[in-house]
Amino acid sequence: MNPLLLRPILVAATAAFAASLHVAPAAAWDPTRNVEFIVPAGTGGGADQMARMVQGIIAKHNLMKQTMVVINKAGGAGGEGFLDIKASKGNPHKLVITLSNLFTTPLATGIPFSWKDMTPVAMLALDEFVLWVNAESPYKTTQEFLAAVKAAPPGTFKMGGTGSKQEDQIITVALEKVIGQKMTYVPYKGGGEVAVQLVGKHIDSTVNNPIEAVAQWRAGKLRPLCVFDTKVLPVTEKVSGDMSWADIPTCKSQGLDIEYLMLRGVFMPAGVSKDVVSYYVELFKKVRATPEWAQLMKDGAFNQSFMDGADYAKWVDNEEKRHRDLMKEAGFLAVN
Amino acid sequence: MESIGDLLHGFSVVLSWQNLLYMFIGIVLGVIIGVLPGLGGANGVAILLPLTFAMPPTSAIILLSCIYWGALFGGAITSILFNIPGEPWSVATTFDGHPMAQKGQAGEALTAAFTSSFIGALFAVIVITLAAPLVADFALQFGSREKFSVFFLAFCSFVGMGKEPPAKTIGAMMLGFALAAVGLDTVTSGLRLTFGSTELIGGFDFLVAVIGLFGIGEILLTMEEGLSFKGKAAGINPAVVLQTWKGLPRYWVTMLRSCVIGCWMGITPAGATPASFMSYGIAKRTSPNGDKFGTGEIEGVIAPETAAHAAGTSALLPMLSLGVPGSPTAAVLLGGLMIWGLQPGPLLFVEQKDFVWGLIASMYLGNIVGLIVVLTMVPVFAAILRVPFGIIAPIILVICAIGAYTVHNNVFDVVMMLVFGVAGYLLKKCNYPLAPLVLAIVLGDRAEEAFRQSLLISGGSLLTFWSNGLVASIMTLGLIALFWPFLSKLYGRVVTPATQK
Repeated sequence: MNPLLLRPILVAATAAFAASLHVAPAAAWDPTRNVEFIVPAGTGGGADQMARMVQGIIAKHNLMKQTMVVINKAGGAGGEGFLDIKASKGNPHKLVITLSNLFTTPLATGIPFSWKDMTPVAMLALDEFVLWVNAESPYKTTQEFLAAVKAAPPGTFKMGGTGSKQEDQIITVALEKVIGQKMTYVPYKGGGEVAVQLVGKHIDSTVNNPIEAVAQWRAGKLRPLCVFDTKVLPVTEKVSGDMSWADIPTCKSQGLDIEYLMLRGVFMPAGVSKDVVSYYVELFKKVRATPEWAQLMKDGAFNQSFMDGADYAKWVDNEEKRHRDLMKEAGFLAVN
Repeated sequence: MESIGDLLHGFSVVLSWQNLLYMFIGIVLGVIIGVLPGLGGANGVAILLPLTFAMPPTSAIILLSCIYWGALFGGAITSILFNIPGEPWSVATTFDGHPMAQKGQAGEALTAAFTSSFIGALFAVIVITLAAPLVADFALQFGSREKFSVFFLAFCSFVGMGKEPPAKTIGAMMLGFALAAVGLDTVTSGLRLTFGSTELIGGFDFLVAVIGLFGIGEILLTMEEGLSFKGKAAGINPAVVLQTWKGLPRYWVTMLRSCVIGCWMGITPAGATPASFMSYGIAKRTSPNGDKFGTGEIEGVIAPETAAHAAGTSALLPMLSLGVPGSPTAAVLLGGLMIWGLQPGPLLFVEQKDFVWGLIASMYLGNIVGLIVVLTMVPVFAAILRVPFGIIAPIILVICAIGAYTVHNNVFDVVMMLVFGVAGYLLKKCNYPLAPLVLAIVLGDRAEEAFRQSLLISGGSLLTFWSNGLVASIMTLGLIALFWPFLSKLYGRVVTPATQK
């Protein structure tokens, strides 16, 4: 072989070898057994879907040496899952994905846990809320809908939502306050069921997350009125007819000044080392860089904020205070 | 017809040797999962879901749904042999299946259970094939009050026909309702009957209760009765399958009725468990051998198994067309669909024809493969009963404990299982029926939730349950079923003198 030709190959090989050494430094910490990913909610809901998605992405892209196992601990509005994390102090092989029940469950039920009993890892995304009505209802805009609610006797309009004294009902109470009229809140077990009840006209409106209602919207069965965020959703791809997520106005612009986003974040037990936390932060950064994750974010029109460390802890702290105020005002705090 | 063409297309998608292999693997895995109580279809599918991400969606859903079929078949095995229902909908199968095994007819009971499961599933698949769009519309009519009326009918058709005194039946049922109420009240978010214990906030899981009441209770009874399984003398004859088949066509009315009940309960999202109880209850009432139910009547195995599978299969339709899972297993499958980039909902049938019709075709083939697999294993399963009790009892205990633990990965559940075991033994000794207790534990909280949602919507008026034709007719049927013993007596009094004149 021509040595002149061989030389670049050798150089390339050496460089590749060096590069491989560089990208895989001896990690400060690596999981030594299966990692449990606890979902404090039932199978099939938003948090469950996201956790199983993360599990699938990690398995498919080989992002972790050990296997991730998703476990549902839904009892007591998720209290069961959070208490498990609280009791597993120092265990580096346990994670929990949160929904708003991180704040609402201890406040509404008195089940003793708080985010302070856990180590914040990272915020994965924020879930949006949209005001939906049946596509066959006469209300084309938020104002028309609000005017109808206001004009009818108290409690005539039924708002369906997931769970009791949780995010959907908090938004409903805020909405009642703005329009100065009572609605009847009907709690269901899961977001998908709520969307179908609206399609079947058993209720008048919902505040479903985008991913819970998108299938029915695409089929032309539901109509979005406004989104409970300060700015319109960033996804401009057409979803239903000639409408995209970005075409839904903000509720604020429609005279309904309510903003609510739900945390999709990860926590782990207290008493774990910094190396462990940074291992998982890096892991979730890798998960977020995959095309499957990007697709999920687009399908569900998620707010793709990411936070870790002190920023995340501060955000969670603020959010807890906000929930305490909101729930106190709504009269949702546990009596004991 | 268009749907027949779609179905044939579906078969062409499914009939590749890889897919048939996945089907076979799925069924075998499913049977194993179904046999282990606690490790139900939902857990099995959840554990294996990540393995399927590398496959094409159609192959993946074939593998997973075949695990589901396999688990449905497998659930009957432990119910019949050991009186331990592996799945909620196998509970009604124990009522006559286990006495049959004790009489030495385990082979017959298993064959009848598997065959009627197959017939139920086949009937439901045919309904899905022919009526998919209609069914989705019908399911949409079911709000909270309609759901409650279905639960009400299930309770009513089961009450008031046992051999036990009605007071004991009602007592057992009320105890079941009380147990179902423990934990979080989903309508007000308050904790009920937890007495400050954090272990109880999740309430009593149905599976833990059933494994204890039936499995452990049965072992305690057997120990008292002399440490031997009564089914020991079971002859192991491979021809038992054919012999049983000869007798089955006699029960075609029961089968057809159970198929209809099953499909109806599966589509109205009540599910397989109430379907099996209701079908058993109605069969008991209408059969000429009704009084012998509970002592090992083959009809008492056919009715619940047919209905459970018809319901389990037809429940997949609301999942695909509405995106609402009818069972925990279906919920996990639903999560899988999203990961493969398929969005369950009204458009799935339009946009993903390959997938939907491939899945429906695999329901036909998967159930045929499943039936062949389980039937060839009947003699083997029946032979398990020949193992001495001293060896099998500790194994059953371990399997029960693992099953109870797997439900929530919680050691407390194993303790609860033992408590339920002792309770089950005592209740049986005092002649309290366990079936109404179990029915109330399974459906109690769902019925309560639907009831309270209906009242919230109606502003507290009970008239809501008679506010439209659908809900009114179901409620009226329920009341007729509840008071049937009185009504039939009354009818007898009015009619008999008239004919005498």
